[in-house]
Amino acid sequence: SRAGFTGPENLSRVNLVLVKHYSQTLYTLYIRSVYHNLSKEAEIKRINKELANIRSKFKGDKALDGYSKKKYVCKLLFIFLLGHDIDFGHMEAVNLLSSNKYTEKQIGYLFISVLVNSNSELIRLINNAIKNDLSSRNPTFMCLALHCIANVGSREMAEAFAGEIPRILVAGDTMDSVKQSAALCLLRLYKASPDLVLMGEWTSRVVHLLNDQHMGVVTAAISLITCLSSKNPDEFKTCVSLAVSRLSRIVSSASTDLQDYTYYFVPAPWLSCKLLRLLQCYPPPEDGAVKGRLVECLETILNKAQEPPKSKKVQHSNAKNAILFEAISLIIHYDSEPNLLVRACNQLGQFLQHRETNLRYLALESMCTLASSEFSHEAVKTHIETVINALKTERDVSVRQRAADLLYAMCDRSNAKQIVAEMLSYLETADYSIREEMVLKVAILAEKYAVDYSWYVDTILNLIRIAGDYVSEEVWYRVIQIVINRDDVQGYAAKTVFEALQAPACHENMVKVGGYILGEFGNLIAGDPRSSPLVQFNLLHSKFHLCSVPTRALLLSAYIKFINLFPETKATIQEVLRSDSQIRNSDVELQQRAVEYLKLSSIASTDVLATVLEEMPPFPERESSILAKLKKKKGPGAVSVELEDGKERGELNGGADRGGEAAIAASNSTPSPSSDLLGLRSAAPVGGPAPSAGSLLVDVFSEAGSAPPSAASEDPAPPLFVCKNNGVLFENQLLQIGIKSEYRQNLGRMYLFYGNKTSVQFVSFTTTVSCPGELQSHILKCIPSLTHTKPVEPLVEGGAQVQQVINIECLTDFVDAPLLNIKFRYGGALQNITLKLPVTINKFFQPTEMAAADFFQRWKQLSQPQQEAQKIFKASHGMDTEVLKAKLLGLGTALLENVDPNPENYVCAGVIQTKIQQVGCLLRLEPNAQAQVAPPPPPTHTHTHTHLCAHALDSHTASVCPSLCGSHCITHCTHLHVITRYCIYVKDPHRVGSSKSH
Amino acid sequence: MIGGLFIYNHKGEVLISRVYRDDIGATLSTSVDAFRVNVIHARQQVRSPVTNIARTSFFHVKRSNIWLAAVTKQNVNAAMVFEFLYKMCDVMAAYFGKISEENIKNNFVLIYELLDEILDFGYPQNSETGALKTFITQQGIKGQTKEEQSQITSQVTGQIGWRREGIKYRRNELFLDVLESVNLLMSPQGQVLSAHVSGRVVMKSYLSGMPECKFGMNDKIVIDKAGKGGVTDDVAKSTTGKQSIAIDDCTFNQCVRLSKFDSERSISFIPPDGEYELMRYRTTKDIILPFRVIPLVREVGRTKLEVKVVIKSNFKPSLLAQKIEVRIPTPLNTSGVQVICMKGKAKYKASENAIVWKIKRMAGMKESQISAEIELLPTNDKKKWARPPISMNFEVPFAPSGLKVRYLKVFESKLNYSDHDVIKWVRYIGRSGIYETRC
Repeated sequence: SRAGFTGPENLSRVNLVLVKHYSQTLYTLYIRSVYHNLSKEAEIKRINKELANIRSKFKGDKALDGYSKKKYVCKLLFIFLLGHDIDFGHMEAVNLLSSNKYTEKQIGYLFISVLVNSNSELIRLINNAIKNDLSSRNPTFMCLALHCIANVGSREMAEAFAGEIPRILVAGDTMDSVKQSAALCLLRLYKASPDLVLMGEWTSRVVHLLNDQHMGVVTAAISLITCLSSKNPDEFKTCVSLAVSRLSRIVSSASTDLQDYTYYFVPAPWLSCKLLRLLQCYPPPEDGAVKGRLVECLETILNKAQEPPKSKKVQHSNAKNAILFEAISLIIHYDSEPNLLVRACNQLGQFLQHRETNLRYLALESMCTLASSEFSHEAVKTHIETVINALKTERDVSVRQRAADLLYAMCDRSNAKQIVAEMLSYLETADYSIREEMVLKVAILAEKYAVDYSWYVDTILNLIRIAGDYVSEEVWYRVIQIVINRDDVQGYAAKTVFEALQAPACHENMVKVGGYILGEFGNLIAGDPRSSPLVQFNLLHSKFHLCSVPTRALLLSAYIKFINLFPETKATIQEVLRSDSQIRNSDVELQQRAVEYLKLSSIASTDVLATVLEEMPPFPERESSILAKLKKKKGPGAVSVELEDGKERGELNGGADRGGEAAIAASNSTPSPSSDLLGLRSAAPVGGPAPSAGSLLVDVFSEAGSAPPSAASEDPAPPLFVCKNNGVLFENQLLQIGIKSEYRQNLGRMYLFYGNKTSVQFVSFTTTVSCPGELQSHILKCIPSLTHTKPVEPLVEGGAQVQQVINIECLTDFVDAPLLNIKFRYGGALQNITLKLPVTINKFFQPTEMAAADFFQRWKQLSQPQQEAQKIFKASHGMDTEVLKAKLLGLGTALLENVDPNPENYVCAGVIQTKIQQVGCLLRLEPNAQAQVAPPPPPTHTHTHTHLCAHALDSHTASVCPSLCGSHCITHCTHLHVITRYCIYVKDPHRVGSSKSH
Repeated sequence: MIGGLFIYNHKGEVLISRVYRDDIGATLSTSVDAFRVNVIHARQQVRSPVTNIARTSFFHVKRSNIWLAAVTKQNVNAAMVFEFLYKMCDVMAAYFGKISEENIKNNFVLIYELLDEILDFGYPQNSETGALKTFITQQGIKGQTKEEQSQITSQVTGQIGWRREGIKYRRNELFLDVLESVNLLMSPQGQVLSAHVSGRVVMKSYLSGMPECKFGMNDKIVIDKAGKGGVTDDVAKSTTGKQSIAIDDCTFNQCVRLSKFDSERSISFIPPDGEYELMRYRTTKDIILPFRVIPLVREVGRTKLEVKVVIKSNFKPSLLAQKIEVRIPTPLNTSGVQVICMKGKAKYKASENAIVWKIKRMAGMKESQISAEIELLPTNDKKKWARPPISMNFEVPFAPSGLKVRYLKVFESKLNYSDHDVIKWVRYIGRSGIYETRC
């Protein structure tokens, strides 16, 4: 740990034992000769000789006594530790295990724990020896065996001894030293193979080891308990009160009480730290008495930190501080005692200026977490000067980094300006490794706490100037978004970037921002002769050749914007665009832009130009991408900011005054640079100018006023969806619902996209799908499932979009469409929208191809009047063959060419798939261009429904109506005569001829 | 070019450090350390003579316990660097004998002086010991006249940098050694898997004035050309002995006129004074293998191994091979060895994991045999013993490549001694290189 605490158990035991054993023996000579050998070759020769000697001794024809066996095994171990391969002597080592002499046994165990791998054949023998030792009454032998198990720690070992060791651990007659070893050994096995170590019945007895008189046992046991309880806290819950009482006994004891366990006047520091760490696995104790006692302990620890040191030795202060820092971690973990939190904060404040670097580091680190607690945030803020000072003067880079983190964490509205300024000035000298993170943090703080947007712009431009390389794309996107969304800052921004670009060497990111902002708002500063349009252009163009391709592309767009803003620059800019280096640029993107912009500027009239190159509409507000980026980077300070984020949102984006309308416009037609604004662009825009081909119905609406408006809440399924699967289902000022559906046989899936067009979130947003009347259960099944997680917490953020999936299964034919009900609160007012989902029977059409003869044979078969539906209606405008064809295909049927003898007629065939039955349909459309005066078109298809339903003998007849709905869509032809003939098959192996008819 | 040169002792301490270029200077201490950590004290023995650490190349040569490392950041000609390092070793050996830590410490001023002279900004300069000795002396240059000093300058910078003028000997003598090392890898059945001879012609000349020398040997190309040039084959054969040899490649001392070698394939030169290496060559065809090793290894169960090795000498009975040593590797789990041999002495050396059999002398066309019983300790390891090859060391008084010196003529027109007045000595020594037989 940072405080320089390492337990003595971490020492390399092997070397220790070797040196201890043989420093005074004959091996000194041997070891020395090896260490002081003249060269590597000589060492190898020496070792070869020694190995040959040992081999000859192990040959087996003469029995070796224990002493020499131990001697040679030890030599082998040493040679192995020198880095040479050892492939013999294992058997001798195993033999040593059964010796009764401690040293021989010890060397045997050492050799085995170092050299024997788990898949060795000898493992059985070894396990046997270990078992013997474990069951012996000799504590030293037991300890040796336990150490060996822990050192090897293999799965085989765990399998063999996992059951045995807990018994030793809790047995009443086990010696303390053995208990210690057993606890640590069990911990090792648990870490290596947790599935094999089952505590079960031992749990409570292990917990009670915390009450053991022997401090060593407690220390060892607590390591085990901490590890176990972090895995399954509930089982070990009882340890909390025990740990608290133990802790309070230690803390309140005088330094002389715990004779052997007092370390430089600090009573049992390791044990205290471990106890505190164990408590951090659990929430604050509920029992008032226990809690009171714990708080008392923590207070005592904090008090003790204030006492003058009892020793000047570093060990004393290390031990004391280790406990203190663990206590503070616990206080922060509990986060419920304001008093303690403030005291901890003050204590840490003292450490901020301590001359120990490690202490300063730890203090800063702990303060970072303290800053996120509401109780201590203010207390942390009082140390701002010290922290800033640390940032400036600290020599250790890791400490500086912590200081920067802490500054970020403690920043709020009151000190934002100061902190951002300090961080900016630090950035100039900051270490390269942390610069990017620093830049992100500055950008976030500047944005989050910006009251004055000119300050924000200044800060970010400064940021780009100072550390341009580390400014990621997100940062400059963000500044542009904010400038565009804020009218009041645009002029200032234009002026500032213009000035910033004056610098002879400016960073490419600066050029990007400059190009964008001058292109948009250059006119705001054009009045000043010092920044006249031409001056602006020349300034930008002077940077052009130093930039990379994406920046150049951006600059070209800025130029064309210039042409729009300042017609006087047109000639100059056209000249530039026309130059070979642009119009024949090897980069396709640049070339295309140059060519297109040149043409646009020379062909289009000013009006067109002004429309095309209109000022960018404001961006919809969404989560800052920078913040997202920092979250990814996992800064320790990031957590605290997220918490406040929601609160700050509204003011931060300053969009309140501009409200809904602007944002709506944005979501409708912004070809925004950050392409993922709203995923709605796949949905066809409604009401705007039609985007050429594609949507056949849109132009119908615009020209024929008779078409029903699409956005009435009680409107039946909009007719346009009869032939189409995708589009905008509904739109008002608040909400836009896009739809995307796909059908296969009798199954369908519908994706609904709810887009919040405002900048304010919708509260308690719920959607329900209901099937009215008979549709309910036996006709159509709709299973809505929300795929997006957000509606679960029923909030739709401003500008956000949520998605819903509805699965549809057509059981049998139906007339009515299911209803979609949407409820949400917008600014307190409850909004309730009910829509018909565009599910019609024709969606389940499967096209069928058939030849002319076949068609007419079937046509004739279906000649009964019940099997025919006929409709004559007038089309409101000319019959376009292509349009008609597209409609008929959209209906889902197969359009059969060259079937009808009259080429004017259209003939279609298809099968409607439902779960129960199939309905074969043949359709014939006979346009009659001659009938100039025709009866008025059927008003709406609801009428058709009633008409058909009235004549329906049973529900089956209704299946035709959707196909007529489809026909309804083409009523704009002059005069149409639609005849549909159909038959119904029950979906059964044997076809059942149907008699249902109309 | 070479950026710097370091000499380390076996502990990795730097004894000599000379930096020639700034590019390694910036990272001097780290690169010095890097070599120590990554090469000298590497956990696994580093076998590659070139090591790349952090874009810095280290070329090292090891002489007993001393490591010479040339360091560079550039893409240098590695062969050149090694040539230079070997030359550096030769020069140091010529100045103070054996290269040892002791000697280097005692002569460090001299070494720095030498390094200043033979490397300039990382480019190798004159490394001819004879020439160097005239102006880098261990006593320092004293009492030289201006004339003498200028003479040194002109000689060092002149056309013949390796020999100074005005050398006089009462007796004009010439020693010529043909030193060859023969390398072999043979299968247990006696099939030659690879064999080559690398040889050197080393001369010691004590000649007056500026003599012009011409060296001839039984090079196949020369002999064939002579044969075609009108001299009958019989004559050629009778003069050159039994055959000519095919030389695969050869390199010459700087004194040899390469143009003449290229055009006429004759080796003519003005020799440096004292000892030098005239040429180096390599042959792979028609090699006379002086010894044949016939191994027989039999595993008797898991705990015993019987080894029988026969060696046969394969040259004229009149010649005597010397310093014969056969090294028979033993398995790593050897626990005891019994050896019986007729001739010489054999011993199991545990430190080297081998049985070493030494024979002082052995005449040609003889045969000798050793048999050993090796006891093994059963181990847990399943992996089999790799059976390293049996290796051999020896020295024979002939050239295994078959190279013969045909003539060595000395012409000195200015002084009045002729070729006949020069006393010439020729000696052939064939040694074993890596001479191994698989078992």
